[in-house]
This record gives sequence, structure tokens and C-alpha cells, in this order.
Amino acid sequence: MFYRENGQFKVSYRSDQQVFPILQDRIAIALLLVIAFVVVPLGASEYLFRAILIPFLILALAALGLNILVGYCGQISLGTGAFMAVGAYAAYNFQVRIDGMPLILSLLLGGLCATAVGVLFGIPSLRIKGLYLAVATLAAQFFVDWAFLRIKWFTNDSPSGSVSVAGLQVFGHAIESPVQKYLFCLAFLVVFAVLAKNLVRGAIGREWMAIRDMDVAAAVIGIRPVYAKLTAFAVSSFIVGVAGGLWAFVFLGSWEPAAFSIDRSFQLLFMIIIGGLGSIMGSFFGAAFIVVLPIVLDNLPQWFDLPIDVAMASHLTFMIFGSLIVFFLIVEPHGLARLWSTAKEKLRLWPFPH
Amino acid sequence: MKSRSLAWAAAVTGMAALLAAPAAWSQEKEQFFPILPYRTGAYAPNGVPWANGYVDYLKLVNARGGINGVKIIFEECETGYATDRGVECYERLKGKHGGATLFQPLSTGITFALTGKAPGDKIPLVTVGYGLSESQDGGVFKWNFPIAGTYWVAADAIIQEIGIKEGGLAKLKGKKIALVYHDSPYGKEPIPLLQERSKMLGYELQLLPVTAPGVEQKSTWLQIRQSRPDYVLLWGWGVMNSTAIKEAQATGYPREKMYGGWWSGAEPDVKDLGAGAKGYNAVAMQHGAEPNSKLVKDVLALVHDKGQGTGPKDEVGSVLYMRGAMSAMIGVEGVRRAQERYGKGKVMTGEQTRWGLENLALDQKKLDALGFAGVMRPISTSCVDHMGANWVRVHTWDGSKWVFSSNWLQADEQIIKPMVKAAANRYADEKKLTRRTPEDCQT
Repeated sequence: MFYRENGQFKVSYRSDQQVFPILQDRIAIALLLVIAFVVVPLGASEYLFRAILIPFLILALAALGLNILVGYCGQISLGTGAFMAVGAYAAYNFQVRIDGMPLILSLLLGGLCATAVGVLFGIPSLRIKGLYLAVATLAAQFFVDWAFLRIKWFTNDSPSGSVSVAGLQVFGHAIESPVQKYLFCLAFLVVFAVLAKNLVRGAIGREWMAIRDMDVAAAVIGIRPVYAKLTAFAVSSFIVGVAGGLWAFVFLGSWEPAAFSIDRSFQLLFMIIIGGLGSIMGSFFGAAFIVVLPIVLDNLPQWFDLPIDVAMASHLTFMIFGSLIVFFLIVEPHGLARLWSTAKEKLRLWPFPH
Repeated sequence: MKSRSLAWAAAVTGMAALLAAPAAWSQEKEQFFPILPYRTGAYAPNGVPWANGYVDYLKLVNARGGINGVKIIFEECETGYATDRGVECYERLKGKHGGATLFQPLSTGITFALTGKAPGDKIPLVTVGYGLSESQDGGVFKWNFPIAGTYWVAADAIIQEIGIKEGGLAKLKGKKIALVYHDSPYGKEPIPLLQERSKMLGYELQLLPVTAPGVEQKSTWLQIRQSRPDYVLLWGWGVMNSTAIKEAQATGYPREKMYGGWWSGAEPDVKDLGAGAKGYNAVAMQHGAEPNSKLVKDVLALVHDKGQGTGPKDEVGSVLYMRGAMSAMIGVEGVRRAQERYGKGKVMTGEQTRWGLENLALDQKKLDALGFAGVMRPISTSCVDHMGANWVRVHTWDGSKWVFSSNWLQADEQIIKPMVKAAANRYADEKKLTRRTPEDCQT
């Protein structure tokens, strides 16, 4: 009933290959963009922006980057926090050391530095796989943690080791209020999501997926593992580095290396596992689940006026969160994106069963 | 037709409800104090007594009739010592119950993050004994109040006490002092002052960072065993403190030569070690463990005996409990002072409270009346000095309790003031702020 697809014929290859071939899907996405760009800035409260929407957008971007590496190319990486940190500190150094540096340019250059570091720590992937590669990327995490604590040059010789940025502006428009920060992050996310979706649908995306599914067979048919794996690391680290820059500049404002610790790496990995590996949409679902759900659970006692001690509420949040993760992985091991895809497939036929 | 009139009736009721709501929402006389404790996580053993002291003091004020009749309402939001959770709690609580009066994050990391946000929201940040040392300079940090002491004050006091033990500051020349610190902005805070003093007095400073949360210290103490410093300064928090003292015991370093900061000198750090920590010294920010103070007696009588106590009774009077109570007291007195200018018995906004905190004049008589006789010395803040007092004592663990082992020490302002000014100017340049004008001080 919703997806009445009769009459939707494609008359060119171009229209057949578009990202959203069904008209109703295109309408839904357009509506979603209108809501995201217009309705939410008009209606949402400041708390919703600062505490829920902005972290969701930035972590969705980081999850997108990580999904390319882990979901599409199959290279497990536990060093995402490190690449975010590299992006953040590199962007900070460009912003602070060069007068009049545009904000977007420093974020992108921060991403490029993260790319370089990502490719460097991706070189072990040419020889090792799976959990062993995870440990090698863990080394990246700890090394970068150490580097930003010890090497004073990176933090502009700050005595406390904590750095901060202020006065963000793009082409004269300040990025100060929650709405401006939200729109800034949303713009980055939309652009990168479109780029990522097109990358994974193209030749390089297929190379990544071939390496993920059976790397020996892929090498046999002529896909160069070096090229595929290192480009996966490069693209993924670039997106993750830009996300790190956004996290530091826009969300935190003032940060220390602990903001990009191993916990952040785990958080992003859980996002894509729960959201759905190898799916662009899955990154969004996973980010929403992991960012929004704990806050909602934390706020529940107040909304229902239950007098629960704060520490108990915090423990309960962890327990409920953990059991929900287990539940979802049992119900659908391929993640929330697969749940959504299955639902959509059924919706396309509804009310007919087949 | 029927559905249209139904819809119209619904719309009218809705409008009436919306219009009626503000009127029914009467302005009760309540001052909202948000609390950002950490009752979970690695730092909980130290965070819980502080939070209990804070809440108990607020309950005590209410039991005595509030701040000139204005009742205090408070709400906790668990941060787990994580900066992003602290920021989320700040955003959640800052607008509730008529607006937050002030914030006390009890975490240097969260303080750093909120220092950028609080001025925009016009809510003062009270950081009793922690936060940026340069936030003492009210000319740059209009909304930060590190009342009663900063880390540079603590470090300077330790150096002075070591000097007294050695028989004069000049005797420190050639000695070796090691700083075992939490590898975070909190732990790094005393380093600039210790380096400055090292230049002045000629002692060798050895910096030994410990990765958070500080459970792994074997390599650190091996280094200390090899280099044999004359004194070890401990700047840890939570489990790092007790681990350090345990390691000192294991490697045979005399605890009498160890001096901790005021966040490294409380019962949770030494209780489990008991006699093993005997002789360990720590700085006490004016107060130590005060089980015999009038405040403790009042809290036990008016709060705990009425069944309103926040934590266990035997915690009342412990070091961190007193610090929590003292922090709450300073916040309440800031509001009371603001009421003297803006209307006694009225609810104070964040801006008005800021003025109150900037013009605190707590003389000994007032402090004694509040129950802090023998515990605290007078505090007097001003536009340029947001610290208000720089008196410090040293207390030593005798195996079962903390005992004061020094006279009242005062940090050397000749050294600290120029450092504060330079650091504050540097912060202002980075953030593109301008120093406050004298006219602004009069507002």
C-alpha cells in the first residue's frame, strides 16, 4: 500500500542505477532532509541540540568512516579513537598556528593527517588479519594517546595538556549557537554520507567487499590487496579524522587526550556492530542507539517521577543498555540495518504476504 | 460538522491550557542547586563522601530556614568523572527549576569544558580547591571561582613545609624532589609552580606521570627506588592514591617523606592501609578531618537524627565530607551575599550570585556562627582575586586518623601572582577575550 511501485519504469541506465530507485523512497529521504534542515532547527530545544543531536551527528560520521573499514573491507580496527585524536589535534594545530586559516580547511587538513597516520597503521593489514590486526590497531590507539600526552608541540606547549578553540566561523558566519553547530555538523554528515554511498557502490567499493568476503579469491581475479586495503584505511581514516575534528571543535570546545581514549574506539565499534556492518544506514542506526539510548534511560526516572538514587540509575542504565545489545544481536545478528531492510522489503508488498 | 466542532473545542481547550499554564506556574521561592557528583566509576570512593557532604549541608541550610527564607532545591546528575557526561548533565540541569544558581563540577576535566560554556549561560562555576590555577584571576575569568585555594597554592605550601622540615628553604638546594602525578590536566597543574620554585631554590624536580586511572604504578616506583629522591609529591585521585602508598610501602620508600595534594589526602586513600600509610603527609585546604567541629554536631542533630542523612553517619566529619560541606557553604554564602544587594529573601539568578561570590566577606565571626570555628580562616574575594584565601595546613596520617602536623602556611603570593597573571593573559589571548575593565568590576 505504501510502496505502490506500478508505473515506475526506468527508461535509462542512469535512472536504474540511482541510489533510491523507488519514488516513495526518494520522497521519504527528501522529507527527512527537510525535517533535519528546517523543522528541527526551528523546533528543538537547546538541550536536545547540545546533548543529543550534535553528538549523534558527529559520531554517526565517525561510525560511517569505521563502517567503510570494518564493514565493507573487513579489516577490524580498534584504533578509531586514535584517528579521531589525530584529526582533532592536527586541525587544532593548523587552526592555531596559521593566522586566518578557514575552519573547513583545517578540518579537512586534519582529516588528511589522519589519513596519513591511518595508512601507516594500516600497513600491518597486508600481512595479518582478523583479531591480530585488531591488536595492531590497538597499538595505534595507545601510541597516539601517549604522543598527545607527551609531545608538547602537538598541544602548542599548553602547560595543562588541555587545548581549546574559540571563535569558530565559516565565511563570516559564527558557529556559536547550538542551531549553527547542528547545521554545520549536519552539512558535513550529508556530504560525507553521499560521498561514502557512492564510493561503496563503485569499483573501489566492490574491491573492498571482495577483499572482505574472500581475499584470496579477490587476489586471484586481479584485485590488488595492497591497493584495496590501504585505500580502505585511507578513506576511513579521513572521515574519522574529520569527525574527530568536529567532535573536538564543535562539541567539546576544550579537550584532552582522554576524550579520544580506547573507550571511544570501543563505542564506535559497537555502533557499527549493532547498527549493521557493511551498511551506510547502519552507521546512523548504531550511532542513534548508542548515543541516544543511554541519555533516554538516564532521564527516564525523572520523566516518570521515580525516586531512584543517582548511582543506582547509572548502574541500571548500563545493565539495560547491555541487555538490549545482547537482545538485538540475538534477534538480528546483522544489525538494526538488516531489521530495517527486512521491514522495508515486507512493506513493499504489504498488505500482500508475497 | 460534528468532527469540526469537536476539533474546534479541542483547539480552544488546548489554547486555554497553554495560556493557563504560566499563570498556574507560580514563582515559588526556591533556589536551585544542581549537583554533578560521581557516585560510580573509578573515582567514586572519593566522590561519594564529597557529594554526601554537599547535599547534607544544603539540607542543613533548609532545616535552618533556608537562605533568608528561600528554600534550596537540589538535583543530582551522575557524571562518572567523564567530561562528556558532565557536559550533558550541565546542559540538562542548567535551565531546570528556574535556572541553576551555580555549578560545582568536582572534576578538572569537566571544569575545563564548562569554563567555555558557563559565561555564555551566565552561571558561575565554583571550583573550591581545583580547576585552572589561573582562574584565580577574576579579571579574565569572570565566572570561575577557585575559592580557598588552587593547585599552585597547594604545591607552594608543600615546598614551604619541606623547607621548614629541612631547616630553611635554602637547605633545599641540591635536593631531589619527585612528583608522581595523574597524567591528566589535573595532575599536570602543579608542575609550572614546582618548576618555578626549582629554578629559585635549586632543587632537582623529577616528573613521573602515571597513566589514568593509576592502578599501574610498579614502573614508576621502580624508578623512584633507583633515583632515591629526598621527597615524593603525590598528585593523584581515586584509586591512584592508595596504589601509590601501597607501592611506596612495597619498595620501602619512607611515607614520612611523601606529601600529597589535598585531593590525595583523605580517608579512602589510607584507610585500607592503616598502619602501612603511617607518616604519610598531605596538604589540607584549611580543613582536615573535623569530627569535633560544631558543623558536624549540627549536621548530626538537624539532618541525620531526623533521618535525612545522605550517607552513613560515620562519614560525617571525614576530610572529603568536610570539603563537600565547605563547597556547599561557599555557594550558599555567595547567594546570601547576593541577596544583600539584590533583595533579601528573593531568589537569586546566576548573574546575581556571581556578584555575591565576587564580593564574599566571610570573617571569622561569620564562619564560627556557621559552625566552622577552628576549621576555616576568613575568605574575602574581590574582582581581581577570585580565590579569596590562600591558607593551608599539612596533616599526617597516624595509622588511624588524620592529625594536623604543621602551622598555618600561606602560599607565597610574590611568586604565584605573576604566574597567574601571565597564564591568565595567555588564556585570554588564546580565547580572544579582553581583560575586564575597572568599571565592569563595579557592576
